[in-house]
Amino acid sequence: MVNTQKETTVIVGGGHAAGALMTTLLQKKYQNEVVLVGEEIHPPYQRPPLSKNYLAGDVGQDSLYLKPCSVYEVAGHQLRLGLRAEQIDRDKKIIRLSDQDTLKYGRLVLATGSHVRRLNAPGADLKGIHYLHDMADSDALREQLLPGKRLVIVGGGYIGLEVAATAVKKGLNVTVLEAAERLMQRVTGPEISSFFLAKHRDAGVDVCLNTAVIGFEADNQDRVAGVTLENGGTVPADIVLVSIGIMPETALAEAAGLPCDDGIVVDEYTCTGDPDILAIGDCTRHRNLFFEQPQRMESVANAVDQARTAAATLMGEDKPYDAAPWFWSNQYDVRLQMVGLSKDHDQRVVRGNPRDGSFAVFYMREGHLIAVDAVNLPMAFMVGKKLVYLRKRVSSEALSDVDVDLKSLV
Amino acid sequence: MEPLVIRGREALGKVTFIEHDNTEHVTEFEAGSTLMQVAVDNAIPGIDGDCGGECACGTCHMIVADEWFDKTGDTPGDDEEQMLSMTPERAKTSRLGCQIKTTEAMDGIIVYLPEFQM
Repeated sequence: MVNTQKETTVIVGGGHAAGALMTTLLQKKYQNEVVLVGEEIHPPYQRPPLSKNYLAGDVGQDSLYLKPCSVYEVAGHQLRLGLRAEQIDRDKKIIRLSDQDTLKYGRLVLATGSHVRRLNAPGADLKGIHYLHDMADSDALREQLLPGKRLVIVGGGYIGLEVAATAVKKGLNVTVLEAAERLMQRVTGPEISSFFLAKHRDAGVDVCLNTAVIGFEADNQDRVAGVTLENGGTVPADIVLVSIGIMPETALAEAAGLPCDDGIVVDEYTCTGDPDILAIGDCTRHRNLFFEQPQRMESVANAVDQARTAAATLMGEDKPYDAAPWFWSNQYDVRLQMVGLSKDHDQRVVRGNPRDGSFAVFYMREGHLIAVDAVNLPMAFMVGKKLVYLRKRVSSEALSDVDVDLKSLV
Repeated sequence: MEPLVIRGREALGKVTFIEHDNTEHVTEFEAGSTLMQVAVDNAIPGIDGDCGGECACGTCHMIVADEWFDKTGDTPGDDEEQMLSMTPERAKTSRLGCQIKTTEAMDGIIVYLPEFQM
């Protein structure tokens, strides 16, 4: 007689990866009970709006939830929210929770996400200095976004720039301080950086490049009053947002002795060194058949794609992670859609004219397309999704010629 | 019977999602939602909606039953048209679910789901 006793699958973390895993397991009618342990009191929710329309106050909390809680419960799964997983006992296959309870797992999926990179500088603990990572952070920042206030944003990446766009629309005086020589340098090429620089300056944002921050000045009530620059200057501020990236949340895994290397190390099936423990999302350094080297990826698409891979692995299917990464950002009336990683390109091809507000940059390496950044040109993104995945060899003349139908290149 | 899932608002009508393998899911929808959100809320297989409705990913492709197409409001906008242009199962009544706002006139609507999303 086959042992039909079902084991509990525990997901630690309540972010996008955890939510997508729950969803996929629901859709695939996974037979085991699933228990999600999330530190926030919210069920899994969309984070991208936290710097955009949720921050602006245009949409409410419930519209961010990936699903209403009832859907998980109807299927017999549990959300245990407002709880931290404190320790994993791999021998006993038990997790200790912050309320002193323990949970026995058959399989464990770590979806612990990330935490913000903090700026270690004098005055970094002053009131009025914000970070943006979760819903509560967005709520706290929104309360401060009042017309006429001076908001200084440290870091000109996606989050900083999305907040700049949201805040300037609300009538704040916004300054962006970026240490690098161009905006979003880590993730895109110079054409896209220049386009967004002009867009923000046209909207009235004061963007300072090559500008490193070394500290903060206080008023007489321990509130931030200014940002001190390496070049000797000071930028007056009522509110500061520090948005200088995230770090993978690996503490729980490390303490349990799981291999970590700037991320929990997992293979293309999302398996860690322990056969009963998987890991997905921002917290992982993972194999993806699309890349030769292991990657750490900070994106919704990676969270969702790895969640689907983990669901397949949990159900005994052989479906390795094999996908081209993609990203998007909305700022003002601009939708930036990106596929692939451009950093190793040896040639860039521009299609269309940035002055028209609609164009794309194709990144090539040895004649093969490795990434596309599309600005208000969804067709280039959709075609790019196919061509980049195939690392197709394409002619740069055809890509740049607006009279050539992009679809004909697929 | 699918669970009724409503985000605390009044139900406006019913929608039938039909998967590629002909599995039917009948569910209610509420005012001000989108067909993508209704499908995602109910964990209907075949609709991903990865970007959460920002019209950025093209993973909520739906094919509206012919007789219901004109009830879904405007024809696809230029962005939506570009996003749809590469979908493998493109039909003449294809839409992105995140761009269809539910209205009373859509009570009873039938929507087909493709085998694959982008």
